Amino acid sequence: MSEPVVPRRRSLRKRVAELILTDRVRDRTSELDVDVGELGVDPFGYDPETVKYAAAPVALLYEKYFRVQTFGVQNVPNEGRVLLIANHSGQLPFDGLMIGASMVLEHDPPRVVRSMVEKWIPRLPFVSIFMARVGQIVGTPDNCRRLLDREEAILVFPEGARGISKTIDKRYQLERFGTGFMRLALECNTPIVPVAVVGAEEQAPALYNARTLGKLFGMPAFPITPTFPLLGPAGLLPLPTRYRIYFGEPMKFDGEGDEEDEVVTAYVEQVRSKIQQMLERGLQEREGIFT
Amino acid sequence: MSASGKDDVIIATGAAGNLGKLVIQSLHREHHVVAVDRRPILGLPKDVEHLRTDVRWRKIENVFRTKNVKAIVHLGLAHNPRGDEDQYRFNVVGTQRLLELAAKYGTQKLVMLSSANIYGPDPDNSYFLTEDAPLLGAEHHPDIRDLVAADGIVQSFFYRHPEVETVMLRPVHIVGPRVKNAPSNYLRLDRPWVIMGFDPIIQLVHEEDVVRAMMLGLVKGRRGVYNVVGPGEAPLSRILAVLGRRPRSIPSPLAKRLLDGAWVMRMTGFPPPELRHVQFNCVVDGALAKAELGYEPKYGLHETIRSVGDFMS
Repeated sequence: MSEPVVPRRRSLRKRVAELILTDRVRDRTSELDVDVGELGVDPFGYDPETVKYAAAPVALLYEKYFRVQTFGVQNVPNEGRVLLIANHSGQLPFDGLMIGASMVLEHDPPRVVRSMVEKWIPRLPFVSIFMARVGQIVGTPDNCRRLLDREEAILVFPEGARGISKTIDKRYQLERFGTGFMRLALECNTPIVPVAVVGAEEQAPALYNARTLGKLFGMPAFPITPTFPLLGPAGLLPLPTRYRIYFGEPMKFDGEGDEEDEVVTAYVEQVRSKIQQMLERGLQEREGIFT
Repeated sequence: MSASGKDDVIIATGAAGNLGKLVIQSLHREHHVVAVDRRPILGLPKDVEHLRTDVRWRKIENVFRTKNVKAIVHLGLAHNPRGDEDQYRFNVVGTQRLLELAAKYGTQKLVMLSSANIYGPDPDNSYFLTEDAPLLGAEHHPDIRDLVAADGIVQSFFYRHPEVETVMLRPVHIVGPRVKNAPSNYLRLDRPWVIMGFDPIIQLVHEEDVVRAMMLGLVKGRRGVYNVVGPGEAPLSRILAVLGRRPRSIPSPLAKRLLDGAWVMRMTGFPPPELRHVQFNCVVDGALAKAELGYEPKYGLHETIRSVGDFMS
């Protein structure tokens, strides 16, 4: 029997990515420590090759479009389990993408961050494959627990859809935090790094959230921005605001994860107020939305 | 010979199946095996007695009366996707009947082969389902509700009859040169359908590894429900690439309609609900079987994948 040949045809997508893939990005992504199986993916479908090519346009967005500045990125431990807890804003999750990119491009050594994505992602064609290949998986408690047991870094937005779809008049006011992340942190004995993202709020300033329209299209929200839906899909393009990402010092909470709600809520409140403080600092420090 | 002066035997149901034959091959040199199947069995070793009967019938009880049945290996679940009305009863009532006999005649051991498919592929699934995950497989695939029910009967048997050491195995897709189940047949297609924009993680296990897991389940002192996994998991596309297949990518709604039509016209052996297996994940955790049964697959990932290609008819 002849050896089956695995076709390794380079797609147009890859060739374009190759054009904009800088040496720096190539080096940083190749330093990522991922244990892949015989067929090139890890047990959750993470594929370093896809990540390398996806990193090229993301790095452009990071460096040239949003011109991200990070503060205290080394507060994220170099290894071992950790939960990154961040505010969520901007209608489309570019904040998650930029936090992930900062950990690859700025953190020494580069670290893979997995963000816990919405339940409907695995139902979407193409998106489902892409998200799995770049390490983003559905945020069920079981998945989260398993990844923490593998000593991975996980990004959680406890505001969820409430945060990302809020209107511009509520900018930088944190919505209610879910408590699931804290119970997991307690149960899995995991440090929490609070993260504040400044700049994402203004990338798509929503004047109104037309929830009924959203329901009609099966979307969690339907933002009305100056450009969307006026300009059609092109109106989804975010404004080139400047991102500032603040990483706080790791916070450690002791417990088992099965405490009373009041106890857990109090811990969550500590994380939330820390993020709120960092947001206010960021707002003071920035000179303009685009600079 | 047992204390009662009767012959010690092991009953193997579903013995005419391809996996059944493999099990008998591993057992018959050391044990007296009674092979139970209503179908004829080709190439049965000479020292194995074939009891050609339906498990639901009286005839099987004679074996329990006249011999000391020390163990039952229950592989006798019918999986025919075009199974008749009777298949549901055959699987559910047959399993129930076998368990009643085991309890009545003091059989020490029961090893049941269930399947990890009964968790069901679903976009809401977590990765690596453990044995206590809900069995939702019949939600979108009503034809396998008998398999879910049979699994449930065995689970309740655990608690009603703790004196019988019961081991239930839920293997992932079994592949190999001898098996002719839906996943193996699918992987043998030169141009298999895949769902456009989806590439689930697939787990395969070699037929001989499943048999080894069953042998480990027969060891005295072991009881429990175990997922049985192979040497790893991989996206469907990479498995097909290893086999050199040229998949046809079809959008999900179209694929469903085409397969529905083909199924009704009897042009395909793949039931339409099985499309979900090539669209969503149903990935299970095999850690418990490793820890408690000491089971580890012998075949590597490439060997397991390629084993579907060496089909022996």
